[in-house]
Amino acid sequence: MPTADAAVNAASAALPAKPASPAPASFSARGRRRLAVGLGLLALLLAAAASLAVGAREVPLADVVRALFGSEPYSFSELAVRERMPRTVLALAAGVALGVSGALMQAVTRNPLADPGILGVNTGAALFVVAGLAFFGISSLGQYVWLALLGAFLTAVFVYAVSALGRGGSTPIKLALAGAAATAAFSSLISALLLPRIDVMNTFRFWMVGGVGGAEWESLLVIAPLLAMGLALGLAVTPALNALALGDEVAKGLGVRIGWLRLAAAAAGVMLCGAVTAVAGPIGFVGLMVPHAVRLLTGPDQRWIAMLSALYGAVLLTTADVIGRIVARPGELEVGIVTVIIGAPVFIAIVRRYRVREL
Amino acid sequence: MSVMHRYVVEGAVVGYGRVPVVHGVELEVPTGQVSVIIGANACGKSTLLKAMARLLCPSQGAVTLDGQRIDKLPTRALARTLGLLPQSPIAPEGIAVADLVGRGRFPHQGYLRGWSSEDEEAVAEALEMMNIVDLSDRSVDELSGGQRQRVWIAMALAQRTDILLLDEPTTYLDIAHQVEILDLLSELNRTRQTTIVMVLHDINIAARYADRIFAMCNGRLIAQGPPAEIITEELMREVFSLDSVVISDPQSASPVVLPKTRVKHQPTDCDARDCTVTSAVDAA
Repeated sequence: MPTADAAVNAASAALPAKPASPAPASFSARGRRRLAVGLGLLALLLAAAASLAVGAREVPLADVVRALFGSEPYSFSELAVRERMPRTVLALAAGVALGVSGALMQAVTRNPLADPGILGVNTGAALFVVAGLAFFGISSLGQYVWLALLGAFLTAVFVYAVSALGRGGSTPIKLALAGAAATAAFSSLISALLLPRIDVMNTFRFWMVGGVGGAEWESLLVIAPLLAMGLALGLAVTPALNALALGDEVAKGLGVRIGWLRLAAAAAGVMLCGAVTAVAGPIGFVGLMVPHAVRLLTGPDQRWIAMLSALYGAVLLTTADVIGRIVARPGELEVGIVTVIIGAPVFIAIVRRYRVREL
Repeated sequence: MSVMHRYVVEGAVVGYGRVPVVHGVELEVPTGQVSVIIGANACGKSTLLKAMARLLCPSQGAVTLDGQRIDKLPTRALARTLGLLPQSPIAPEGIAVADLVGRGRFPHQGYLRGWSSEDEEAVAEALEMMNIVDLSDRSVDELSGGQRQRVWIAMALAQRTDILLLDEPTTYLDIAHQVEILDLLSELNRTRQTTIVMVLHDINIAARYADRIFAMCNGRLIAQGPPAEIITEELMREVFSLDSVVISDPQSASPVVLPKTRVKHQPTDCDARDCTVTSAVDAA
């Protein structure tokens, strides 16, 4: 199987941030990780190509290549491909961001259920956007982004502060409870704001479902620095997250400043999911499902979990977007709906087949 | 091999929230030796150890290492001198023994430096010292309690610190495994001059392995010294409210505490002979 080997080699060459093999890991673990990287990159390539080729107008692969690398004038097919480029890039970037964000939040809280959705961060972002629509008449994407980010950050701080009240500081269980409570409260507030305002409801409904179809280069540029910062920070803290996984006391004994670590990792996670939510609306399940699935492949090393969550998050989200375009032709299904529809059964299958690894 | 340090607790008052649990303890840890902190439940011995490991910060007084307050030292640099094995560490599910031990190398790794040959060597040596080389590819979940405890100690050893603090490293282990763990620690102390400070529950085990005992009662240090000098019937009464007979271990000459059974209706004056009879009756 020369192609598979080539893909594996390309994979190891293409990942400069790949950590040196941690400890004397058994060969099988190392082989499994290599295979996971190789297959992931292959799947990523296929998903991206499909995303460019598939839609209301089918484009042959040759035209896709010409549209990417050729020059003007473009044929009609090539123009269709170029129209699909920002959407494909957003799907890839959103998948990377949500995958890493989920991995970070699960590691920080040592909570297998931690996910931007469950911790209330998405709902907080949505509440701020709704408030902006209802009271301040915001309309441009630039305004959405900052409101959503502000909402995500404030919610994260609020949820963390509530969970840190009382004895013993912020425990995983209190954090999840605080997140669930915040989600419920903010959802009610959103409904209260929306119900009397039909016009706002229509604008909001489109945003709330979660889609990448409306992507433009301009909106991508707005969130690109946030995504880059979030990714850099998130990947930089993964070695310390490995220490944190052994418990707070062991981590402190190993020289980790756990307060700063939690803050940095949570900030990275919020930055990533807040930026994506601002442009694409809340997209569920990717941040919850991908790190779990990846953990079954790589074992408990946070560096690998974060990197493979980035890879498979992109694959999942892009594939979901393509599926949404195929099943509802000539219209399309928003990616946020598709991730839930394909995510839920896959997740249940994983949980049933293996025991999902605790943290 | 190890560098000698001056490791001192200076009048530390430590507690959770505003309630102090440790009231102004003064002590100097003898470097290159094995020290054991003993005391009744809730006497503050674990709290003291946590303060010594900078997990808790004293509200008054300080813990200093070579003249510097440990809470002022860069925590990662301190982690290369001072290691800690707390009471209930968490093993991530599915982690391999060698990977867990390798995580002890964290304070030696920079952000840009990956896994080095020194890391490799430290892990191999730690596995070797704890006799778990053949377990290195196994998952920690599959191991027995004694094996798991050896893995955790190996993790702390891989950190290669001059001082090692352990909070009840033998809890939940049967007597044979307790002896096994403490033999390994004592060997570590002999071969590498690693300074060991641990909290132990079993007074006889403590007396057998300690060079120096620190006895605590109600948050205060009430006695310290070599076990043969300080473990007496009076001290046991003071520390544990326990009537006992202290004899000398025929093998090691270390003191052995034989508790007097507290029979329900005559709690104070029960001599050794009565106790023997009572326990025989209980057994029957």
